[in-house]
Amino acid sequence: MSGELVKLLSDLKEPESLAFVEKSLGQGVDPMDLLEEAKEAMNIVGQKFARDEYFIPDLIFSGEILKSIVKILEPHFKKDEGGERRGKVIIGTVAGDIHDIGKDLVAFMLDVNGFEVFDLGIDVPVQEFVDAIKDTGSRVVGLSGFLTLAFDSMKETIEAIDKAGLRDTVKIMIGGGQIDEQVRDFTGADAYGRDAMAAVQLAEGWIGG
Amino acid sequence: MEKKWEEMSADEKQEAQFQKLLEPKDPEGNDLQFQSREAQAAYTTSINRLRDAVQLKNLPDRVPVTIFPNMFPYAYGGITPQEAMYDYDKCVTAYRKFVLDFKPDLPMGAAGPGPGKFFEILDYKLYSWPGHGVAPEHGYQCNEREYMKAEEYDLLIADPSFYFRNFYLPRVFGKLDAWNMLPPLTGILEMYGVAFSFIPFGLPPVQEAYKALFEAGAEALKWAMAVGGIDIELATLGFPSIFGGFSKAPFDVLGDTLRGTKGVMLDMYRQPDKLLKALETITPLMIGLGLGAAQQTGKPFIFMPLHKGADGFLSDEQFRKFYWPSLKQVMLGLIEGGCIPLPAAEGGYNTRLNYLKELPKGKTLWMFDQTDMAVAKETVGDTLCLLGNVPSSLLKLGEPQEVRDYAKKLIDAAGKGGGFIMCNGAFFDEAKPENVHALMDFSKEYGVYK
Repeated sequence: MSGELVKLLSDLKEPESLAFVEKSLGQGVDPMDLLEEAKEAMNIVGQKFARDEYFIPDLIFSGEILKSIVKILEPHFKKDEGGERRGKVIIGTVAGDIHDIGKDLVAFMLDVNGFEVFDLGIDVPVQEFVDAIKDTGSRVVGLSGFLTLAFDSMKETIEAIDKAGLRDTVKIMIGGGQIDEQVRDFTGADAYGRDAMAAVQLAEGWIGG
Repeated sequence: MEKKWEEMSADEKQEAQFQKLLEPKDPEGNDLQFQSREAQAAYTTSINRLRDAVQLKNLPDRVPVTIFPNMFPYAYGGITPQEAMYDYDKCVTAYRKFVLDFKPDLPMGAAGPGPGKFFEILDYKLYSWPGHGVAPEHGYQCNEREYMKAEEYDLLIADPSFYFRNFYLPRVFGKLDAWNMLPPLTGILEMYGVAFSFIPFGLPPVQEAYKALFEAGAEALKWAMAVGGIDIELATLGFPSIFGGFSKAPFDVLGDTLRGTKGVMLDMYRQPDKLLKALETITPLMIGLGLGAAQQTGKPFIFMPLHKGADGFLSDEQFRKFYWPSLKQVMLGLIEGGCIPLPAAEGGYNTRLNYLKELPKGKTLWMFDQTDMAVAKETVGDTLCLLGNVPSSLLKLGEPQEVRDYAKKLIDAAGKGGGFIMCNGAFFDEAKPENVHALMDFSKEYGVYK
């Protein structure tokens, strides 16, 4: 593996990255190798974000480039080459709240860091989280919310998970604009995270790297 | 002889604006009749206190104390956000109770909920509101989309008003869809051909759009009478209203409702020159927006909710290149026109504080949310007046004593020597009333300057 794509993508060089992928495929490079390089690059992007070298626009842009790369590679994959996943994470914006930017960033960072993400969307009814835990067997749940009303929705969601007898099977993290330790305590969540990398670190801690 | 407005310096204009606030008029233009001597004294004291806090010249008698909520006054008054948006009497009654019970020095007005029926008449798609996509007991929330497409920058730059009328507004108001058929006004030039430009106005869908518009205008007026009326009534009781209008950072104009967060962030990489050109186009429009509103209302404070420049949303380099120059230019333009920008820096602004030092002294009032107020005081305390930053979580989940402890620390850190207004940090919907009382009462007592 040349490592060139790792550098191009992690430096956010969009046209160069895509041209390199096209050229490499033309030269007979294994698409799985290119995908591996892309993953490694995204890992570097995540580290740079955690170190405050990259910010939200850089995350979003890297995600766009990655999407384009995957689109080029996809027709070249044989079946069942999805790669190993590290574990399942359910995430969603809680009932009553329709904000999605933060939630989408967390879903994206979890995904590129190798987790299988079940994104339930926005304004997610309490029961859908409970059902999703039963259906997927996920061990980590992320609840997102931007408004003060989300504090109550988070608490109700966690209570419902508890009532369904599932509280001991999952770790629950919360996040969003006004979320802090006081809100974590109020809702009964296991942890709160300030940003998307914090969510990845929490999931890694709970599921194992 | 009095100086003409155009001949005044920014200092003199600001002073004249405060004088105007100190001599309030009723809608007929006569001196406002206060309901009591005490009310008049309270009104005057509040304005003077605010002036001293903002100008950073004289020490106020105490820290001004206020609260800028979102839907809290309506929940407190026992009505849902839906009722607040649809029943203007109920909205105003709840708001009156909120102001009379909590006695903020600077009430924010009752315009927050907005006229639900108006949004309905025009089929507003930019937001979901109670009964229209969110539950009756929840406030409105924005539906972020790319209402402006990536390839439309040239259209916006060439003629922003045409772009808004023919592209943006038809996308965010379902009932104005037919506006995409309207001709450019700048094509109406001479006898030959002039009638061509008016043909669209004869088409049924365009006429339908205008019918909806007239109905919407009547509804907006009805609402404005209610929320404007309560401002005047509360002023006669000693509670001044200071908000003259609103404006935005040009980057947020694009990033909030035109291109959206993701769109504008990708534009920084894919078409930075067009983005910069568009920011340049929007800048004078945002100055004009604030100055025009201030002239209409006679009040100098221009509210500016800031979003995409917060900590983490942009790198320092991106902030310096894309966000700050046009925002600074808007604020300087407003100041030059005698206005006082009141930016609300939502999220954290810890990494941006050094930029704020570039602003002229005593001309802006900054609402901070998750910014470290002690550091802010240290960094920009001699440049601008700080306002904030009691957390929403504390007001909703904490106990009164915790609120008092927070307020004490805040006054100790940010209140030293004036230049600080006690307030919440983010626009909240829910709180324990006893916590809000604790905040107001304690701060008024502890915040006295000796």
